[in-house]
Amino acid sequence: MREQKATRRRFLRLAGSAAAIGAIPIVSVRPVEATPETMANAIRTVIGNAPVQTGKVKLDIPPLVENGNSVPMVVSVASPMTSTDYVKSIHVFNEKNPQPNLGNFFLGPRAGRAQVSTRVRLADSQKITAIARLSDGSLWSATAEVVVTLAACTEEVI
Amino acid sequence: MTAALINVPKKAKRGDIIEIKTLMSHIMETGYRHTTSGQIVPRDIITSFACRYNGEEIFRADLFPATAANPFISFFTVATESGKFDFEWIGDNGFSETASASITVE
Repeated sequence: MREQKATRRRFLRLAGSAAAIGAIPIVSVRPVEATPETMANAIRTVIGNAPVQTGKVKLDIPPLVENGNSVPMVVSVASPMTSTDYVKSIHVFNEKNPQPNLGNFFLGPRAGRAQVSTRVRLADSQKITAIARLSDGSLWSATAEVVVTLAACTEEVI
Repeated sequence: MTAALINVPKKAKRGDIIEIKTLMSHIMETGYRHTTSGQIVPRDIITSFACRYNGEEIFRADLFPATAANPFISFFTVATESGKFDFEWIGDNGFSETASASITVE
């Protein structure tokens, strides 16, 4: 009986200290960071004030990323890719990297398939937006949320 | 010595949609990193990539510090005729590399 009590007490003490460690806030300091506003501004700079519709674009990016230094990303657009109806360009933006652009890709009717793959860096968990400009001038977009556990871009050089 | 890796099918049927994969070895230093003494490491990235198919530009990309080191880019094109793909990477500090690949279209 006595021994059992001791075990319970020890257990509680351990649990308490574990909780205390868990309660220490993790503070990360970032000197430079884009914000959703700078992303919106960057989008306006690249595509102007034309309305952007949701759809047609598919943004493939892992929802949970362990290492933000190299994140595979595939953007594809539903388009017949004929000489009269094709994707002119694909622009990808982020919210929280030091700068808001992830890439601009310029295609043409000869592409056959409107799909681009690359690897990007992500400095934080954030929203990624891909916007496609079609040959008729319309703009289509897709957005994906990514959770990043190890951030890229601003880490110290050792 | 060229630091590029290119993957283009050697042969294709006329009208086939083929995938082109490219990888260029480059540090892609963002310009946002500091050394332990607090100095900023200057930016050194590739800023643009282009691919020409028998002289005609079929794909172009603007790259940013957010592109991962050793930029990998893959895209598609329709195999229209036998010939050559020319690839070009341009970047900071006068960086300029080219590579090419040929294809036989039947």
